[in-house]
Amino acid sequence: MKLIVAIIKPFKLEDVRNALTKAGVVGMTVSEVQGYGRQSGHTEVYRGAEYQTSFVPKLKIELVVHDEISAEVVEAIVEAARTEKIGDGKVWVLGVEDLVRVRTGERGADAV
Amino acid sequence: MHYNSGDTAWVLASTALVLFMTPGLAFFYGGMVRSKNVLGMLMQNFVAIGIVSIVWVFISYSLAFGPDWGGFGLIGTLHFFALAHPNQTIPGYSGLTIPPLVFVGFQMMFAIITPALITGATADRLRLAPFVVFVVIWSVIVYAPIAHWVFDPNGWLFKLGAEDFAGGTVVHMNAGAAGLAIAMVVGKRRGWPKEPMPPHNVPFVLLGAGILWFGWFGFNAGSALGANVLSAHAFLNTNTATAAALLGWILVEKIRGGKSTTLGAASGAVAGLVAITPACGYVDIWGATIIGLAAGVICALAVSLKYKVGLDDALDVGGVHLVGGIVGALLIGVFGTAAVSGANGLFYGGGLSLLGHQAIAVVAAGSYSFIISWILAKIIHKTMGFRVSPDDELEGMDTALHAETAYELGGGFLRSLASSGSAEAKIGPPQDQPLTDLFRKPGERR
Repeated sequence: MKLIVAIIKPFKLEDVRNALTKAGVVGMTVSEVQGYGRQSGHTEVYRGAEYQTSFVPKLKIELVVHDEISAEVVEAIVEAARTEKIGDGKVWVLGVEDLVRVRTGERGADAV
Repeated sequence: MHYNSGDTAWVLASTALVLFMTPGLAFFYGGMVRSKNVLGMLMQNFVAIGIVSIVWVFISYSLAFGPDWGGFGLIGTLHFFALAHPNQTIPGYSGLTIPPLVFVGFQMMFAIITPALITGATADRLRLAPFVVFVVIWSVIVYAPIAHWVFDPNGWLFKLGAEDFAGGTVVHMNAGAAGLAIAMVVGKRRGWPKEPMPPHNVPFVLLGAGILWFGWFGFNAGSALGANVLSAHAFLNTNTATAAALLGWILVEKIRGGKSTTLGAASGAVAGLVAITPACGYVDIWGATIIGLAAGVICALAVSLKYKVGLDDALDVGGVHLVGGIVGALLIGVFGTAAVSGANGLFYGGGLSLLGHQAIAVVAAGSYSFIISWILAKIIHKTMGFRVSPDDELEGMDTALHAETAYELGGGFLRSLASSGSAEAKIGPPQDQPLTDLFRKPGERR
């Protein structure tokens, strides 16, 4: 089992979700986060005063998938989230030691 | 005594319109502060309605519009204390076609919004109790005299020939000068100007500006004190100048190489409303358009000055109300035309005399307001402590001063979970708070 974590631009969520559905993923968790990378913030202007905001709003997607489809899912996310402009985000993959479905008590790969 | 029912109905309606401006102003300002201080801002404005409503009917109305004391044109007497002699003709207003009590109510709304305007300069850092004390005293020793000088036909500036149709000097310059004075006394917000303090809700700012614009028709067209040709002039001049100022401000933003902003459009509209206030019954549509455009452009540039002089006029009461008030008051001397009402200005063959009178009124009202407000603020700051403690300032006024939060965003959900655990809700006043707390020095903690 793999945990896939993706940071994406907020307006790309629908595209990514559609791509994941096509790739056979049936669930995910999304949270609103703030951060920056090479894009390093943006500028806002209020009555002539410029404010350099260092943190940019992003979405973080987390999902657990079977090992076999992990690479394919990552590819789907990357394809769907890409705008080729700075600030598109990152995707990373971690191994998962254990997993439990709360309702049934199923464990491991059965719980994915 | 003959009252005109149409005039009376219009001024009563205008009175309600002007009252509505103060909550509008609260939202205009409230949107511009950070979310931890929005209730503190709304509260100061709302409380101003409470305080001045009482002070006005008992004392300050009589000082502003009562029979002149000693014939100097400086202040009225307490002849109308607690609205005594309610049906007596107001001195100097023999031609009034509305009952004197309607006039009392209409003028009260001006007295309310003026100290409310000050709160923008001092945003995010005043304690409530000293603010209440300030507003009570200020209404009596600053607002009432200046209103007497300018509005009352027995006032010295009125007799001199200075013109102020609806309160450019009495309301806007006065509030702007006082705001700068208090901001100087209490000092800048922690972290200003290095730390970003962007508006937390720009839609609120636009909503507030819209309410102000709407209410301002009562403020300006109502100041004709009748439903007549003059009120129609004031009405259209107000709308035209506001429109021109809105465009002027966003044009400046664009020319300076930036983008036209929503906050700029709202600010420009308010700057135009301010500038046309003294002039709306004395100029024609050309004058109104130029005054509006000038106010939008000049105020858009003036709001940057605070960074140069290092004075934390948080929401630009100086840049918009003081500067806008001065622009309007002085340009009457240029564009005033007897074809509408009043004297002719420079462009209409009146020479320099009206401009001179306007300049005297600007200097007199501005400096009196600034000096007395500075002294009063200093005394209150030394005795009661005008400022919140550094910890309270960091925490925000909403929770620190009012034990409330404006929004259940961020932490609201967890907070509600945490409090659901306690079965007994504590009802009743919180821990005993000694009255001496009102006199807590800045920086002291309980």
